[in-house]
Amino acid sequence: MATTTISSAKPADAACAPARSLWQRQRWLILRRTSQLLILLAFLAGPWFGVWLVKGNLSSSLTLGVLPLTDPLLVLQTLVTGHLPYSSALIGAAIVLGFYLLVGGRIFCSWVCPVNVVTDAAAWSRRRLGIKTGRVPDAATRYWLLGGLLVAAAVTGSLAWEWVNPVSLLHRGLIFGMGGGLFVIAGIFLYDLLVASRGWCGHLCPMGAFYGLLGRKALVRVSASKRAACDDCMDCFAVCPEPQVIRPALKQVGQESPLILASDCTTCGRCIDVCDKQVFKMTHRFDQRSE
Amino acid sequence: MDTGKKPARKPSDAASPASAARRKFINSVAAAAGGGCLLALGAGLYAKSASALPAQALRPPGALPESDFLAACVRCGLCVRDCPYDTLHLADLGDPVVTGTPYFTAREVPCEMCEDIPCVKACPTGALDRSLTDINKAQMGLAALVDHESCLNFLGLRCDVCYRVCPVIDKAITLETQHNPRSDRHAMLLPTVHSDACTGCGKCEKSCVLPVAAIKVFPRQLAQGALPAHYRKGWEEKARHGGSLIGDQVELPVRGFEGPTAGRAATETVVAPTGPAPAPAAPATPPPPAKAAGGINSHWKP
Repeated sequence: MATTTISSAKPADAACAPARSLWQRQRWLILRRTSQLLILLAFLAGPWFGVWLVKGNLSSSLTLGVLPLTDPLLVLQTLVTGHLPYSSALIGAAIVLGFYLLVGGRIFCSWVCPVNVVTDAAAWSRRRLGIKTGRVPDAATRYWLLGGLLVAAAVTGSLAWEWVNPVSLLHRGLIFGMGGGLFVIAGIFLYDLLVASRGWCGHLCPMGAFYGLLGRKALVRVSASKRAACDDCMDCFAVCPEPQVIRPALKQVGQESPLILASDCTTCGRCIDVCDKQVFKMTHRFDQRSE
Repeated sequence: MDTGKKPARKPSDAASPASAARRKFINSVAAAAGGGCLLALGAGLYAKSASALPAQALRPPGALPESDFLAACVRCGLCVRDCPYDTLHLADLGDPVVTGTPYFTAREVPCEMCEDIPCVKACPTGALDRSLTDINKAQMGLAALVDHESCLNFLGLRCDVCYRVCPVIDKAITLETQHNPRSDRHAMLLPTVHSDACTGCGKCEKSCVLPVAAIKVFPRQLAQGALPAHYRKGWEEKARHGGSLIGDQVELPVRGFEGPTAGRAATETVVAPTGPAPAPAAPATPPPPAKAAGGINSHWKP
């Protein structure tokens, strides 16, 4: 197949032969944005066009009047406060829990969560503007925050985190109308842009931490199957929202397997896109092949 | 992982890279723990401080008591979606209502009290309690006729709109007849709310004809007082037991109702108003005993 070079693209890419098509260089990004957009549209088809595919929002929803889906972290918080939700919420949470346990925990972050678009934009802007300032919090902060929000729920007897949770704030705002929530989203963008690279999604977000814990044994994985071809250009490290997950697989640090097994990996596939040597591929947990 | 655990044990090696790494690790964990706890605590305190429902925000029918509601409601908006009248809204950050929770404002769109209560059926968590099956038993709030000075019925007119629109007419709102002391010859029909029947739907507040409603619906805990738990109403106890529980009481002579100065303290003398104010058209100084004999008459005129 003839490859089309797009001269307006990053000039650094052009130096690396053979040039790959736009689709090859952006495939997983395009798929991801499509997924995020379609999920949002499924919620918006009702209020916008009167076609009620999905009602509710990411916190809890009802698809086509039959399928309940509920955020398991929210149900966990509800249980911690001492309230036992109705079975529809519990069933919905079990379905979501099962899906992310099986398929991939932080697939939520990169394929569903609307804040991902904001923080990706911030990270892109940060790279483009060459901003190096700021101080990054420890990546473990999110786990402390996750524990903290459960404690807060137990102590206050209410879903305390939901007052400020940017994920539900943005998604709810997009569907039901937004006002003050915009400031929180703008705050996250500026924080990621100016203070901490990948600060929110990669270090603070307790929802991401929760889904990360869920996905420890999940099936869908990125594999550095052609790691021998790696020419150390660092493109994948630069673009990866969780760069620490690549090294064990790519450089065989502490593991033989070419699979990126760290639960922090959001399975966004951006490393596959940017790698001109096509080192990475999307595969499953049991695919140990490497060349 | 766990590199340098062994080298760091040597006490002499204080400046070894392992020890530095450990110090860095402990520092970062402490910072993360501190930051994380602080953030969560801040969110918790913020949630606690702002969790009182403002006076004009009403929860959907079947809502649990506010503190339980805030534990149960996941802010999904399914109740909002299934409300056929667009009564319900989800609060946004900065609104006086807890972020993301459903509420309605009676003066804007009141609850139409659907018989099948779709909002309650839609709730996946039980924040809206499905044991509410009769919408007439809902307790979304309680109406109170707060402004006696502007209510048209209190002015002696026959507005009655709040009474007429009430879905539980003659139970939740009744018109109580009272003497109109201003004209002294008309009646006032005062809209009177009864807490045992009022659902708090808000139709009275919505339809009040005044530019600012004289009757308003509040969350119950704001609108309602409470008697001390040990209070017993004598007449109720008497009716329940078929007689007084404390036996016959001593009859004391009633004093002060004998003469034309009925109802006034003995020391007070009844005289015609003096001074610049002109005497009222009605009989002034001590009214004829015949009139006073009918009962307690304070002779007060507005």
